[in-house]
Amino acid sequence: MAVPGIRQVADARQRLMANPEAQAAWATLDCGFASVADVFDDCYAAAKQALTDDELPAFIETTRRLGKLGRGAEPPLAFLEGWPRVVATIPQNEALPLLLETIDELQKSPNGPALTPLLQTLGGVAERLRSALALEHYLRLARDLAARTSGSIHGRQVTQASPALPEFLRVAPQLLALVPLAGVRRWLEDGIRLSGDHPERLREYFALRSPESRALLQQQRAGTLFADVERRLALSQQSLWQDDSRLIPYSTAFVDQVQQPYLAADGMRLPDVLEKRAGVSGSDRYRAMLAHLSGHRRWSTPLVADNWSPLQRLSVEAFEDARIDALIVHRYPGLRRILLALHPIPAAGACDPARENTLRHRLTRLSRACIDRDYRDPAPLIDEFAGRFAALQAGGNASTRAMAELALAYATRSRLPSDQFAQVHFAETEVDYRDDNRHLWTFIETGDEEESFTPPPRAAEPEASGLPPRHYPEWDAASQSYRPDWVAVYEALHPAGRAADIDALLARHAVLARRLKRLLDLVKPQARVRERYRENGSELDLDVAIDALVDWQSGRLPEARIEISQRTAGRDISVLLLLDLSQSLNATLPGSGQRVLDTAREAVALLAWAIDQLGDACAIAGFHSNTRHEVRYHHLKGFSEAWDDTVKARLAAVEAGWSTRMGAALRHGGRLLAARRSEKRLLLVLTDGEPADIDVSDPDYLLADTRQAVSELAASGIDCFCLSLDPKADAYVAQIFGRRWRVLDRIEQLPEQLPLIYLNLTR
Amino acid sequence: MPTADDFRVRQEPFYQPQDKEIELYEAAYAARLPVMLKGPTGCGKSRCVEHMAWKLGKPLITVACNEDMTAADLVGRFLLDAGGTRWQDGPLTLAARLGAICYLDEIVEARQDTLVVIHPLTDHRRTLPLDKKGELVAAHPDFQLVISYNPGYQSLVKDLKQSTKQRFAAFQFDYPNSALETAIVCSETGIAADLAGRLVELAQAGRRLKGHGLDEGISTRLIVYAARLIGQGSAPAEACRMAMVRPITDDPDIIDSLDHAIGAIFG
Ligand SMILES: Nc1ncnc2c1ncn2[C@@H]1O[C@H](COP(=O)(O)OP(=O)(O)OP(=O)(O)O)[C@@H](O)[C@H]1O
Ligand SMILES: [Mg+2]
Repeated sequence: MAVPGIRQVADARQRLMANPEAQAAWATLDCGFASVADVFDDCYAAAKQALTDDELPAFIETTRRLGKLGRGAEPPLAFLEGWPRVVATIPQNEALPLLLETIDELQKSPNGPALTPLLQTLGGVAERLRSALALEHYLRLARDLAARTSGSIHGRQVTQASPALPEFLRVAPQLLALVPLAGVRRWLEDGIRLSGDHPERLREYFALRSPESRALLQQQRAGTLFADVERRLALSQQSLWQDDSRLIPYSTAFVDQVQQPYLAADGMRLPDVLEKRAGVSGSDRYRAMLAHLSGHRRWSTPLVADNWSPLQRLSVEAFEDARIDALIVHRYPGLRRILLALHPIPAAGACDPARENTLRHRLTRLSRACIDRDYRDPAPLIDEFAGRFAALQAGGNASTRAMAELALAYATRSRLPSDQFAQVHFAETEVDYRDDNRHLWTFIETGDEEESFTPPPRAAEPEASGLPPRHYPEWDAASQSYRPDWVAVYEALHPAGRAADIDALLARHAVLARRLKRLLDLVKPQARVRERYRENGSELDLDVAIDALVDWQSGRLPEARIEISQRTAGRDISVLLLLDLSQSLNATLPGSGQRVLDTAREAVALLAWAIDQLGDACAIAGFHSNTRHEVRYHHLKGFSEAWDDTVKARLAAVEAGWSTRMGAALRHGGRLLAARRSEKRLLLVLTDGEPADIDVSDPDYLLADTRQAVSELAASGIDCFCLSLDPKADAYVAQIFGRRWRVLDRIEQLPEQLPLIYLNLTR
Repeated sequence: MPTADDFRVRQEPFYQPQDKEIELYEAAYAARLPVMLKGPTGCGKSRCVEHMAWKLGKPLITVACNEDMTAADLVGRFLLDAGGTRWQDGPLTLAARLGAICYLDEIVEARQDTLVVIHPLTDHRRTLPLDKKGELVAAHPDFQLVISYNPGYQSLVKDLKQSTKQRFAAFQFDYPNSALETAIVCSETGIAADLAGRLVELAQAGRRLKGHGLDEGISTRLIVYAARLIGQGSAPAEACRMAMVRPITDDPDIIDSLDHAIGAIFG
C-alpha cells in the first residue's frame, strides 16, 4: 500500500502472495517489477492448472531469466501470461527448448525488443500450429526474417533491428488463422523481396497494412485448409468408418518432400493444407487419406520388423497398401475414382535399371497393377504378381501375413544389382494419400512405453465459510450397493464478479440473440392452453355450444359458458442448468484463444436470457470436486431469482478447476429440483468429459454411480439431459443418460446451440 | 352407420418381421392386451399393425394424433342437422362398437389430458363412457387398442404419463439389420438387391451421426422413397440426396459428409 506523502520504495520482491507455494515461486523469481508482482498470483494459479508439478520449476526459471534480460517487465509478463496457453497444445518439454534457443539468439542481436511481441502472441500461435514441429518451423521463419531484414552498416555487423520482425510477430496469430505455415513462408519471401531494405515499407507490409501485403496473403489461401474442413472430416470418419480418432494437422511449411500422413498414438495426423490435384479436391484428398488410414486400422495387423531387410519391408508395404486400397474400393466403390486418380502410373520405360535404383518405380507399378484392373504392366514379373495378388484377394485369403509372404517371394525374384544404388528414381512413385506405415511394424528390441500422464494432485483448500456439507450416498456397481453418506457436498453462493461483463458478452451475440428472439416468439404461442367453459372467451366452443343446444331443446338448463379462450402462459417447466466446472474447461479453443469456460459462460448467459424471455423457472449452478470429501456446488441463480445483475455478476466470476464427480452434483441439484411443483422438471447438464475424480482410479465406478443418480432422478420425475462437449462422449454418455444426450462437435457453436437444444427439449 | 367391412384390410400388406413380433402380437391380441409400438420414425410400426389387422381378419381404424385433438375427436360429439342434433361416434367409439383394432398413431402428439379417455378401455373394464350422451359403451370382444410411440423424440415435454404407459404391452422396434432392410426395400419397390443394399448402407452411415447434430437417423421409409425415385429413373446419387439427406438436416457439414458418403457408396 502506498502511504500518502511517502514515496514508495518497497521492493516488489517483498510482496505477499496468496499461498506459501506461490510465495516460494515468487521468491525464486527474484523479480523487482511491481507490474509482475501485481499479476503473479493469478498467473501462477493459471499455470498450475495447465502445467504439471514437474514442469513448474522450468516455467518459473524461464520467467526469472526473462526478468533479467534488462528489457523491463514486459518479457516476463508476457511469458507468465502466455505460456500456459502454449503448453495446453504443445508439451512443455518439446516447446520450451525451442523457445529458449530463439530467446538466446534474439537477445544477442539488435532484435531483442522483438522478444515481447514474440512472447505475447505465442499462445495464439501455438493454438494454431498444434505441434512442436510446426512451432519449430514458425520460430525458424521468425529468425530467418530477422536475419534477412536487420540492417548492417558497412556490411560488417548487424547493428539495426529488423523493422519487420516485431510487426510480423504481432500479426502472426491472425496470419495463421488464414493460411498454413507454408503459405506464411511464401508470403514472407514475397514481402522481403518486394520491400527491399526500405524500413517503412517493411513495416507496412509485415503489419498487414499495405494492400499488396493483404492481396498476397489471400493468394496463399489456395488449397483446402485442414481447419476449415475438420468437422466434415470427423463426421465422415464417424459415418463411413465408425472411427472417432482425433484428427491433428501437421505443418507442411518446411518439408520439400511430401510428408505422408501417419497414425500416432493420439490420433491421425494429416497435412495442414491440401491443394486440388489430379481433379481431386482438397477435401476429397483428405478423405482418401483418412480412408486409407482407417483401412489400415481396421484390416492391418502389425508385423515384427526385426526379421526383415529394408528392401523386403518396402515390398511388404507396397502389397499391404494395395490390399488396403482394394478393400476400401470393395467397401466403397465410389472411392475407386479418387484413389486411381491420385495413384501415379509410372511409365515403364521412364528409368534405366542399369544406371539408377528403380526399386520404388517398380513397386509403384506393381501397386498400380494390383489396384487397377485396367492397367497391365509390360514387365512379366509385375504382371504375374499382380495376378497372384488378385487371386488371393478373390479367394478371401488376403491377410497382412499373406501379403508379407507374397512380398517376400516378389522381393527375391525381382532383385536387381542396381537396387543397392544410392541414386533412386523418385519421379511418379509417391502415392500421397497413403500413410508412412509406421503402425505396420513392431520392433522387439526397443520398448517404447508411453509415459502415462497423471494430473497433478492439487492441494485441498478447505474453506471454513459456507453451509455445512450435505452427505450423499454413492453407488458401488461392483457390490451393487450404496456406500452411505459417502460424498460431502458443500453448497455456497458463488462470489460475484462484474455483471457488466455478461452484458458485454450478450451484446457481442446481439445478432444471435435477435435470431433466437424470433424462435422464442414462435415457441410461445405454441404453448397455448385452451381454457374451456368461459363466458367471455375468444371463440365459440362448438362441442359445448351443441351440448347446450341439446340441453335447451330437451328442456334442460343449458350451459351458459360456451366459449373458449387461449392462455399463453402454458409452459409449466422448471429447469436446472448444471455446469461442469472442472479443470478441463480451462482448455483453450484452437484459433480463438478463448477458453472452453468462456464459451460456456456465453452460452449460459444466452440460455438464461432466453429462458427468462420464455418465463420458465430456471436455476443455474456449477460444480466440481476434489475427492469425495469436497464436492463444491456453486449456486449461481435460484429459481426465485430474476435474471438480473446479481445473478449475472456471479456468472461473470465463475472459474474452473478440479474434477467431475457428477453423481453427487446431480443428486444435490435433483433434490432442489424435486421441491419444485412444475409439471416438467428438467435437469440439463453441460459437461466436457466423463465423471472422474482424483480419489477414484476405476473409470467405470463414477460412470455407474452417475447412471444410478440419473435413474434415481427419473424415478422422482426429473428428466436429465446431457450436452457433452467431449468428442469421445459416444463411448460412455449413452450408458449414463440413455437417449437423452447430445454431443456438440464444434464448441464454438455452443452459444447458439445451447438455447436451441433447450427450446427443442421443451417444445 | 359405417360397418366393420368398411374398415377391413383387404389385401395383405407386405410386412417383413424382424423378430418374433408376429407371434407375440397374436398372443397379445388373443389376451386382448392393449399394445404399444415403440421405435424411431419410419421403421415399420404402422405397417406392422396393418399387417396384423389383415392377418387377424379384424377391421382397422387409424387415428393420426395431433396437438389440437380433443377428447371429442376420439369419442364423438353431437352434430347439428336439419332435425336438431345427432350424435356421431368418434373413431375410438366406433372401433369399440365394431370390434376393430384402433390404432392411435404418434400418440405423444396428443395432449395428455385428451388421452385419459382411453383409460377405461385399456383396463379390465373395457368400457367407454360417453358422458355427453349418457351412454356406457361396452367394447366388442374383438376390440383392441394399439398406440405408436417414438421415445426418441427430443422433447421431454411430449412424453406419456406413467399412468398411460403402464396400460400397455410394448414392442420395441428399431431399424432392421441390413439384410432385412435390403429385403424390405426390394419387396417394397422392386429395385435390384445390390442397389437396395447400397441405399441401406448409406442409411447406416447416416444413423451413425445421430447425436452429432442429427436427432433422428435416416428411416426405412426414406430409403423406400429413394428407391422409388430410382425406380422412376432418377440417378441413384441424386435420389439419395433428395430423399435421404436433404430431408433430415440443414447442417452444411453433415450434408457435405453424407454427400461424400453417397459418392463413396455409389461412385
Ligand atoms: N418390416 C417392414 N416390412 C415392410 N415394410 C417396411 C418395414 N419396415 C419399414 N417398412 C417400410 O417403411 C415405411 C415406413 O414404415 P411405417 O409407416 O410403418 O413407419 P412407422 O414406424 O409407423 O413410422 P412413424 O413413426 O413415422 O409413423 C413403410 O411404408 C414401408 O415401406
Ligand atoms: Mg407410422
